[in-house]
Amino acid sequence: MTLSHLAWYWPLAGGAMIGTAAGAYLLLLGRVAGISGLLARTLGMPGDGGRSSAALFLAGLALASGLAMVARPIPLPALSANGAVVLVIAGLLVGYGTRLGAGCTSGHGVCGLGRASPRSVVATCVFMLVGMATATLVQIATGGPA
Amino acid sequence: MIRPAAFLCGALFGLGLVVSDMANPARVLAFLDVSDAWDPSLALVMLGALIPSGAAYLWIRARGTPLLAASLHIPTLRIIDRRLVIGAAIFGLGWGLAGVCPGPAIALLGTGQPFAIIFATAMIAGVLLHGLIHRPTTTTGQP
Repeated sequence: MTLSHLAWYWPLAGGAMIGTAAGAYLLLLGRVAGISGLLARTLGMPGDGGRSSAALFLAGLALASGLAMVARPIPLPALSANGAVVLVIAGLLVGYGTRLGAGCTSGHGVCGLGRASPRSVVATCVFMLVGMATATLVQIATGGPA
Repeated sequence: MIRPAAFLCGALFGLGLVVSDMANPARVLAFLDVSDAWDPSLALVMLGALIPSGAAYLWIRARGTPLLAASLHIPTLRIIDRRLVIGAAIFGLGWGLAGVCPGPAIALLGTGQPFAIIFATAMIAGVLLHGLIHRPTTTTGQP
């Protein structure tokens, strides 16, 4: 898939918005805005409160990004049968792994690194390196994303 | 006030994902795939996010209590155990395969496309699976 060039200020500005959102959630509600954690909370899992806030955060996220993508559509890969199988496996791994590792790109990467949590530093290094190795090997093996 | 605040924080987060193009799996894979035409966008997103996120943490640590809620729920666990490392590795594997992590997975649901629906459904199944396997053994907690 061809990928258009993205000027450096878009990711920096978008990142600042993500960090401000996570920071505001911490400052206002006193909770970590890690999406995998919020998702588990929405599903009723950790059971130490914050369920309705978590659900509302995710609803706001889905709604705002849904509207933004009308203005700036994101091309998603068309799915072959094999592609769908890979996608199911990837989704299961992401869901299970983020819960086992207690965080994802936002929980460990943005919030955890922001408070210099040693667990988050380790987790972020591990998922970055494994993610890079996986994506690079898939690219070399198939000549394109799955 | 808590509920509108939670919704607005989520909305800002979602806008950030689209503005930074991090909801685009191809953009994420172009960062993770280092074999050619490497795209540094994801690193810039992390950099841009860490500054306000770190500042908010310093502020709340000095303040002690959140502005709207009664108490602070920040993870205090500091042990680096096997669970953390294996979990992060499993997540990295899935992330590298699809180029989608949990935030973008929720964001992409708005497209209504099969790619987004299949991934998010499988991801939710993975979260539920973890809940079933590791049921009441205290919380794995947040990061």
